[in-house]
Amino acid sequence: MTLMKKSAAELQQLLHNREVSVKELTEDSLQQIAKLDGKVQAFLAVTEKEALSQAESLDNEPMENRGPLFGLPIGIKDNIITKGITTTCASKMLENFVPVYDATVTNKVKQAGMVSVGKLNMDEFAMGSTTERSAFKTTHNPWNLDRVPGGSSGGSAAAVAAGEVPFALGTDTGGSVRQPAAFCGVVGMKPTYGRVSRYGLVAFASSLDQIGPITRTVEDNALLLNAIAGVDQWDSSSSPKQVPDFRAALTGDIKGLRIAVPKEYLGEGIADDVKESVLEALKVLESLGATWEEVTLPHSKYASPVYYTIATSEASSNLARFDGIRYGYHPEGAKNLEEIYLRSRSEGFGTEVKKRILYGTYALSADHHEDLYVKAMKVRTLIAQDFANLFEKYDVVIGPTSATTAYEIGGVAQNQLTLYANDVLTVSVNLAGVPAISVPCGISNGLPVGLQIIGNHFDEPLVYKVAHAYEQATDFHKQSPSQGEGNE
Amino acid sequence: MNFETIVGLEVHVELKTDTKIFSPAPSHYGAEPNMNIHVTDLAYPGTLPTLNKRAVDFGMKASFALNCEVADVMNFDRKHYFYPDNPAAYQISQDKRPVGQNGWIEIEVDGKKKKIRIERVHLEEDAGKLTHSDNGYSLVDLNRQGTPLIEIVTEADIRTPDEAYAFLEKLKAIIQYTGVSDVRMEEGSLRCDANISLRPFGQKEFGTKTELKNLNSFNFVRRGIANEVERQEKILLSGGEIVQETRRYDEATGQTVLMRVKGSANDYRFINDPDLPEIHIDKEWKDRVRAEIPELPDARKTRYVSELDLPEYDAHVLTLTKEMSDFFDATVAAGADAKLASNWLMGEVSAYLNAEQKELHDTALTPEGLSSMVKLIADGTISSKIAKKVFKELIENGGNAADIVKEKGLVQISDEGTLRKIVTEILDANEQSIEDFKNGKDRAVGFLVGQVMKATKGQANPPLVNKILLEEINKR
Repeated sequence: MTLMKKSAAELQQLLHNREVSVKELTEDSLQQIAKLDGKVQAFLAVTEKEALSQAESLDNEPMENRGPLFGLPIGIKDNIITKGITTTCASKMLENFVPVYDATVTNKVKQAGMVSVGKLNMDEFAMGSTTERSAFKTTHNPWNLDRVPGGSSGGSAAAVAAGEVPFALGTDTGGSVRQPAAFCGVVGMKPTYGRVSRYGLVAFASSLDQIGPITRTVEDNALLLNAIAGVDQWDSSSSPKQVPDFRAALTGDIKGLRIAVPKEYLGEGIADDVKESVLEALKVLESLGATWEEVTLPHSKYASPVYYTIATSEASSNLARFDGIRYGYHPEGAKNLEEIYLRSRSEGFGTEVKKRILYGTYALSADHHEDLYVKAMKVRTLIAQDFANLFEKYDVVIGPTSATTAYEIGGVAQNQLTLYANDVLTVSVNLAGVPAISVPCGISNGLPVGLQIIGNHFDEPLVYKVAHAYEQATDFHKQSPSQGEGNE
Repeated sequence: MNFETIVGLEVHVELKTDTKIFSPAPSHYGAEPNMNIHVTDLAYPGTLPTLNKRAVDFGMKASFALNCEVADVMNFDRKHYFYPDNPAAYQISQDKRPVGQNGWIEIEVDGKKKKIRIERVHLEEDAGKLTHSDNGYSLVDLNRQGTPLIEIVTEADIRTPDEAYAFLEKLKAIIQYTGVSDVRMEEGSLRCDANISLRPFGQKEFGTKTELKNLNSFNFVRRGIANEVERQEKILLSGGEIVQETRRYDEATGQTVLMRVKGSANDYRFINDPDLPEIHIDKEWKDRVRAEIPELPDARKTRYVSELDLPEYDAHVLTLTKEMSDFFDATVAAGADAKLASNWLMGEVSAYLNAEQKELHDTALTPEGLSSMVKLIADGTISSKIAKKVFKELIENGGNAADIVKEKGLVQISDEGTLRKIVTEILDANEQSIEDFKNGKDRAVGFLVGQVMKATKGQANPPLVNKILLEEINKR
């Protein structure tokens, strides 16, 4: 019986009672990976040696120095910089890239005493929503190996869902933490923009990217966010706001909570089973003393084109540095500068990445800058204003995380309406910079459904409180996919 | 047909902050290649720029000194281009909201004063440096990458090569006074490009301009513009058209040479840098920076003329560099006569510095030293001739003039008795000269004075010698 499906509190208890050591916990995680990852394919690198040696030294730490995450295994998405350990962004461009420094979050999980067991698969440079766009492998959904785990943090969500690690870090630019969390039946949080330092996150779209925790429970999620949040002198976009104790917000009391449910979130393109699960969830919340009303986000119909224009524009800028000169893929036999540029970028990047760089370059070009990029930035403020208006009257905004449950691997592209509905659900949250969590709210045909709870800027405590109250009133988080240890 | 010359300048000035503008690496000049770098300067994946506020202070300081309006809110933009000296493939610069705007500098050419407007002053990072080696490879040194720069862009207000020269001279002086840069062209801490076009007198629209680069001294700027004007004039007079292009000044031939035709302008795809939040500059910040600006050259010049009675010319020359002007102020403060101090600084001191290719601070001369010497001249203790000896000692070995004079026995002989005795001896030995003098040959007196000076090793007080000599001759 693995320990990887236990909560942080339970594991701390075991450590405290010396029923298990940090080394044994680490070994358990490594064994789970050895047993399951052949099928799930969540990890791009397993750092067994480093993890075990770190675990051994942590075991010497006196009990009184240990925090709530001490000694617990974690997996890190492969676009987060880890000193001395490959950080590939699941791209051929960075296949052998071994960084010389640690991301701020990497440092912070180390300082919390967490043991990193490896790096997790993703869509190349976080561009995708299935993890099929990894240059190295396709991750499978532990609930059904024929299905995708979602993306781009598919490796992170799948590893937690399968019980390979109890904690993982993902990144969310347009839903990349929340959607895979929903597909894999785990908890994924996209914090307020600025809550977590981006220093050491390989940038996709700098004004949208946030690092977020993926865990089995809301409480674990709150603990991990506490460990990684806070202002960072190396990231000017990180917020100096005080970081509250998120776990303290988990009171279970949501009486009087005012919920807004945008009609755009339950409209065209949303699958019936998803809609039903969400409406059921709203009933549960009502039973806990909350009220909800249907509202509208009038500019959400523009969210998708606005998102793609801004995200690809920033990506075309951020990814320009991969030029084959200082690090990363360097083409053999290139004879001059132009050849180095052309070949390193043609051969190093995958199709989706190149497509987005092209689109973004076009959107920033002199002839289209005004009608694409500048216009998108203007509409972005309207989308943010939609949320600001709702938060004047409501405490949280609730809807599905994804329009459907997990799709089939290699399946034909989803129909346009579904894709569009998915974007409306997740990307507007990044455009507005607000926090949002996905918690399991149902299982349909053996696949999890995710409930998305969106809060006002820096209102993670309330988002966690609602998510936790809901979680405690339901059993979905206790269910586990067959690729793990079987249903409990 | 007669053409009017239209010139606008773009001047890059390196700011001498301790660290780079967006990374904690040191930004000083002259380290081993790639030693002054941080992962951010390599545009290493995951790194982010963090703004050095001191660079903003410096940019504001320069803007104020150039009479600009300083922004209340400014931001940084990414300017994209691929080149190995530019690791991120974008340079962080300021596009629409620069630190300073709408400034001016007053210049003077041939006694005529004129304001040259400054369109903008913006902050940006410098690029690295490439060395192209013989084996086909190019070496990249990123020490300079991220060094803070300001770019100063003038309006197209300059009409002659001399005005361009005067503008640069003035700009250099002002920036140097603020202390934000060394403004040394030879070290690259001041770089200048010129945009040049011609139009028939009376025409409103500007003609097609060319951009002139590789101007490595103020003199080359002057000559480069003059040559480019000549070239454009020839083309226009022969009915041709000017092509918008970038040209290089060739120092060896004195000609401008085509570098590249601009065609469609570079598309830099400017984007607000999402890693750097906008900067709000409040009144308090502005007041603090403004208070750090010292008295600027024009103000000093005015003071020298009105309070110290110096000629305009002296005031101009003395205020060209802050070092010279500070030295002058300190010399006067130590008690020296202003005009005498000015004469020495503009004369002997400048001549020495030019001959030795040195700066004032490279010498042993101090304001106290110079002042002590000027005082001895003023009160007649030493002659100008002796002073030259004292000066050489002061500038090479330092010290105080009175000590040198005493040590070397250089005190002027002003004792009438002593001098009369020497004069009498000289007259006794040169009866022929007395005869000549009495026969109307004035030159004879010069000869006799020379003999007295020779006998006293130059220490005799010349006016006194003259006086006594005439008295003694008349007695005979």
